[in-house]
Amino acid sequence: MNDMLRIIEPMIPSLRRYARALVGSHATADDLVQDCLERAVSRWHQRRGDGDARPWMFTILHNLAVNQFRQAAARGSHLSIDDADENALCLEAVQEKRLLYNDVLLKLAALPDEQRSVILLIAVEELSYADAARVLDIPVGTVMSRLSRARERLQQEVEGRANGASRKIAQLRSIR
Amino acid sequence: MNGRPITEDDLHAYVDGVLDIARNAEVAVYLDTHPDVARRVEGFSSQRDLLRAALAPIADEPIPSQLHLARIIEARRSRRVPAWWAAAAALLLCVGGLGGWWLRGAGLPASGGIAALAQEAADSYNVYAPDHVQPVEMRASQQAQFVDWISQRVHRPMAVPDLSASGYRLMGGRLIATSHGPAAMLMYDDDHGTRLVMLARPMAADQTAPMSLHSQGAVSGFTWADRGMGYSLVGATEPGLLRPIADEVRRKTAPI
Repeated sequence: MNDMLRIIEPMIPSLRRYARALVGSHATADDLVQDCLERAVSRWHQRRGDGDARPWMFTILHNLAVNQFRQAAARGSHLSIDDADENALCLEAVQEKRLLYNDVLLKLAALPDEQRSVILLIAVEELSYADAARVLDIPVGTVMSRLSRARERLQQEVEGRANGASRKIAQLRSIR
Repeated sequence: MNGRPITEDDLHAYVDGVLDIARNAEVAVYLDTHPDVARRVEGFSSQRDLLRAALAPIADEPIPSQLHLARIIEARRSRRVPAWWAAAAALLLCVGGLGGWWLRGAGLPASGGIAALAQEAADSYNVYAPDHVQPVEMRASQQAQFVDWISQRVHRPMAVPDLSASGYRLMGGRLIATSHGPAAMLMYDDDHGTRLVMLARPMAADQTAPMSLHSQGAVSGFTWADRGMGYSLVGATEPGLLRPIADEVRRKTAPI
């Protein structure tokens, strides 16, 4: 029990970050993390002793999130009220950085789910390519091609929007 | 440059800082002589930094109490049950499973999930919460009797969560007919007469589902399912105020 607490507890902040960046909604993300923790506690003894607990935890969380996406899709717009939590990803940041951060997060949210998950696991949560492949249950080669597509697309979007955003700000200032 | 050509994978591994020293140096040399590729790689690197900076504050937030691991472990430990109870639960699960299988066999859509429950709870609220004559069938004073009866009707031991910590008293309850079978409705009110309705019934679809918010006009509800039992808490209350009460209900109704 004690090693479970010692090993899992430090991961909770990054599990929350992954869930929120993946599903967008604050409340839904924390519910997913709670389900993930409950499952991890009840299945701790099934974990292979030699395996690293971090990819194991992310696998549980990721599968719960995928189920959530499926249910949301099956229910149509039903979940959209919860997900319309527009500020879920709009974080407190220094004023000048906030626009930049919110912009990249909006672009991230617009990526297909499978590209968003791969870029989050690797670039933000720093899983190895092999661990990301385990979490997503796909070959490493597929991880690499998804990562490449995700970065390329996000880059195009960010660069495209950066010009537009700065123009908009300039306009707002000139009106004042 | 010796041997292996630089691949797209190498560029990403360079961005992520996971190349060994020798390969890293080879990629750096390559980038020096290929400014177009270098610009792309630089873009990926700054994108990586930007994403990390934008998302870092989430990991710095205090952990909400629903995610306190020691508490989750403790809740599980205190949930250990006598053997006969486990057998009864297993039997119920079998019955539930067969029911679900039968429904599927009959070609009906699996519409008994938490979306349906949320609607049933909102309907019950709309019908009974404004009622000042007979909002409940059995009053809180008959709680023990009510629990026995309702548990028998929904085929599950029903818990009546005590919400006095949130300022809500149990008024009583009633049995509700839904197209997914009998459901237990509990009604609570506070000192201002604000009423909340909780609806609970066994679930054929969505046996376990995370909490989700539903709103219709001024009426909001939180609905979730935990191991075969679905719950929905509804009130004409701000979702932000309703949510902690729903969390409290969920804690207090967690299966024994």
